[in-house]
Amino acid sequence: MKRLVYLLPLLVLLVMGGYFVVGLGMDPRELPNMLEGKPVPDFDLKPIKGRDRGFRHDDLLGQVSIVNVFGSWCVACRVEHPFLVKIKQQGLVPVYGIDWREKDADAGPAWLRRFGDPYTLVGDDPQSKAAIAFGVTGAPESFLVDKQGVVRYKHVGPVDQEVWDNTLWPLIQELRK
Amino acid sequence: MIVEAGHFALILSLFVALVQAALPLAGAQRNDPAWMGVAAPAAFAQALLIAFSFGCLTYAFVTSDFSVAAVVANSHSTKPMLYKVSGVWGNHEGSMLLWVLILAVFGWAVALFGRNLPPSLKARTLGIQALISVGFLAFILFTSNPFDRAIPAPFDGRGMNPLLQDPGLAFHPPFLYLGYVGFSIAFSFAIAALIEGRVDAAWARWVRPWTLAAWSFLTIGIALGSWWAYYELGWGGWWFWDPVENASFMPWLAGTALLHSAVVVEKRDTMKAWTVFLAIVAFSFSLLGTFLVRSGVLTSVHAFATDPERGVFILVLLLIVVGGSFALFAWRGPQLTGGGLFRPISREGSLLLNNLLMSIGAVVVLFGTLFPLFAQVVDYKMSVGAPFFNRVFVPLMVPMIATMAVAPLLSWKRGDLPGAMGRLWAAGAAAAAAVAVAIAVATKTSVWGPIGLALAAWLAMGTVVELAERIRLFRTSPAESLRRLGRMPRAAWGMTLAHFGMAVAIAGMTGAGVWKVESIQTMKPGDSVNVAGYVYTFKGASEGRGPNYSYISGVFDVTRNGQPVTTLESEKRIYPVRGMPTTEAAIESLFLGDLYAVIGDPQEDGSFATRLYFNPLVAWMWAGALIMVFGGVLSLTDRRYRVGAPVRRRPPAAAQPAE
Amino acid sequence: MTRLLLALLLACAVVLPAAAVEPDEMLHDPALEQRARDLSANLRCLVCQNQSIDDSNAELARDLRVLVRERISAGDSDDQVMDYVVSRYGDFVLLNPPFKLQTLALWGGPVVFLLLGILGLVQFYRRRAATAGAAQAPLSDDERKRLDRLMRDDAP
Repeated sequence: MKRLVYLLPLLVLLVMGGYFVVGLGMDPRELPNMLEGKPVPDFDLKPIKGRDRGFRHDDLLGQVSIVNVFGSWCVACRVEHPFLVKIKQQGLVPVYGIDWREKDADAGPAWLRRFGDPYTLVGDDPQSKAAIAFGVTGAPESFLVDKQGVVRYKHVGPVDQEVWDNTLWPLIQELRK
Repeated sequence: MIVEAGHFALILSLFVALVQAALPLAGAQRNDPAWMGVAAPAAFAQALLIAFSFGCLTYAFVTSDFSVAAVVANSHSTKPMLYKVSGVWGNHEGSMLLWVLILAVFGWAVALFGRNLPPSLKARTLGIQALISVGFLAFILFTSNPFDRAIPAPFDGRGMNPLLQDPGLAFHPPFLYLGYVGFSIAFSFAIAALIEGRVDAAWARWVRPWTLAAWSFLTIGIALGSWWAYYELGWGGWWFWDPVENASFMPWLAGTALLHSAVVVEKRDTMKAWTVFLAIVAFSFSLLGTFLVRSGVLTSVHAFATDPERGVFILVLLLIVVGGSFALFAWRGPQLTGGGLFRPISREGSLLLNNLLMSIGAVVVLFGTLFPLFAQVVDYKMSVGAPFFNRVFVPLMVPMIATMAVAPLLSWKRGDLPGAMGRLWAAGAAAAAAVAVAIAVATKTSVWGPIGLALAAWLAMGTVVELAERIRLFRTSPAESLRRLGRMPRAAWGMTLAHFGMAVAIAGMTGAGVWKVESIQTMKPGDSVNVAGYVYTFKGASEGRGPNYSYISGVFDVTRNGQPVTTLESEKRIYPVRGMPTTEAAIESLFLGDLYAVIGDPQEDGSFATRLYFNPLVAWMWAGALIMVFGGVLSLTDRRYRVGAPVRRRPPAAAQPAE
Repeated sequence: MTRLLLALLLACAVVLPAAAVEPDEMLHDPALEQRARDLSANLRCLVCQNQSIDDSNAELARDLRVLVRERISAGDSDDQVMDYVVSRYGDFVLLNPPFKLQTLALWGGPVVFLLLGILGLVQFYRRRAATAGAAQAPLSDDERKRLDRLMRDDAP
């Protein structure tokens, strides 16, 4: 019994060490997708400057689609953007855009003119209304929405070929069945 | 060239550390004086080499050598000189170099001041110290080389995070590391003692000054960090229970407990295994902090190097060092039986109780800090923030502080609690008065306000009572009391001051935590706002340029009852290199609280956003910390602890028994 | 490559700061504003990760503060506001962990530690009392000499 007490620190350390080993492989910033399996939240975003059509939640009904949160200020979005343009060109799936937190109303439209516009519809979200409703913490984030308008998957960070081939495209085909 | 020399010296120091670890440890085992004798000169050489290496890196920063990657990433040619120097440790690589520099310098100090340590204990202690060096030098050389070149060298650097460009933060890390790393000495002594299987009064006396030094440094480090947050973040917060703060607080708690339990070992030859355990734990917490900050395993605003490879390396290092020590402890600890018996109500008993409460406090902080990690592993993402720690940690400290006043009045072995409480009537009266004052002047009702002030008053008065007892004030002639006061050992003064400082700091924390008054609004020049009786009048704002930033400066006149109190000038700075703003709060510390003003963004109608505060008793926190540190330093100068310093009538070296 | 992307992502996450709680976002009713402040102090800023939205100057924190105030103004109770934010971000946003099955260990832990500590203390005194009579190993000569010398140093 007495010996066991002296052994206790070592045991506690080993348990902690186990957690550390597992924890090192995890990203503490990545939050769970709270909307998974739930209908897309209600939102009604105004059009970005120079357009007359905004983006609201019922636009997503009746098709499998991707909702992409981006911003002209976001470096990683630049990395992701050409891939979204490619999806648009190949007509694989409609992508809707939430232009998040633009300080300048001209910045978003100018960015899309410069790098191409992959979005079926784009809504302007300067106050994070839709972004908070979706539980977004950073850009880019992408949500996969099914025909009933239910959120099925969240991807944090840029979508690239690897993510597309391994995760998004198989899921899209599944949802289309 | 100089950069390569620094790198080379660092590599060389690794080999020196290897020798310093291998030969003395083996020599102590074989009882070979020549091998053991290698420890001291090796420790000297190691410290010299690392100091040279550190000097080279500093040179690269000072001369803005942008062929060095660390300089590019963390410096800029327009930066003021102080921050070019502090930039050396304002980044992961450089701060690790500072870490091992301090480790080596402490090792050298043991070699220097430990002349009359038994040779085997000294050899083992330095050997263990060198083993730690080997681990961290390897970590630097293999994963975080500060001398890595940037190819091609850019024209200018990326600058430092402007929040770090601040005198408080320039000196915060060195003190913190002096504290963290200082506990390595107590750790090495503990491991050496476990190997030798002997812990006695002499051992405790050797460990105490090193622990005291580390504790004093860590106290300064934590206070500096807290002070920095208070004036730099622009809203008067000073403690957030952030994982990085907790990482510095846990070793402090363990170190404080160690200081006290070492006294029991020294005076009463008991609580030995516990003391050795605390010595191991204090440094283990330091290592854990290093791991948590640098691995990114927990989310934190502070973590400045999040890299899985480094994380794995430090984790392995942590598990080897701490795991090895705990294994040794499990094996040898049970043999460290103590002699002196004591009752629960006694000096030892109360020290043990407070040791326990502090340790539980440290464990609770550890648990709360790591819990999100545990939860994440089972797929539950959650946060443990300040509300949890305040609710759980603060109540634990209430009985601890209460006991703190009583313990010094109890005698060893068997104390007289009613007697002690009787002598503490003045402290009780002070506490009652504090409650009355707290309720009378409080602007907000709160339970913790009166409790905090009562504890502070109880402890402060209790400390004074203890001092009065010691000099037999009013029970003998004033002349005799004065003579006793003059002859009080410095270590006793140290305790009195440290406890008194704690009381002052508690009052400060209570005031600042409970009764802060805040007013946020837009103001045009000429507008006035009343904050807790102080009228702030906004005089206007102007723009200007500093060395590497531009700023908006706002001026406030403060009056109370129509009488001018002070003029405050707050700045909002923008650093173009990083494009980041910082706020420079204007603070006037008064006895009863700080006037605190922050200028914000200009509004469209020509007014400015302003934040004005009255932060009660904040200066007491810093004053309390300073008093505590002063007590620590005073205690450190006590002749009895100057191990190996030339003392009168020191026996010749030959008298030192070989063990 | 993944690391580069991660770095870029993090660069993104650090939105340019504004100052915490701006006057223009505050509610006119002091009682409602105080409720908003209290709620904000318990909501974690998601971008900075370790501050409350009340202390943070990140833009997303600002938008969350505005949202909290909008909901309060619209007549939501404190719980409703918190539930809404939790439904979007999970328990991660709560700085004060909720009482539930997953946090049972967290809230129970400190109590257990305290009890274990007290138990250990009681055991310690009990065993001490039991072995009180046991003889102690005398000091060796070396030890006595060393101790004597230290004690002599004590003298003023």
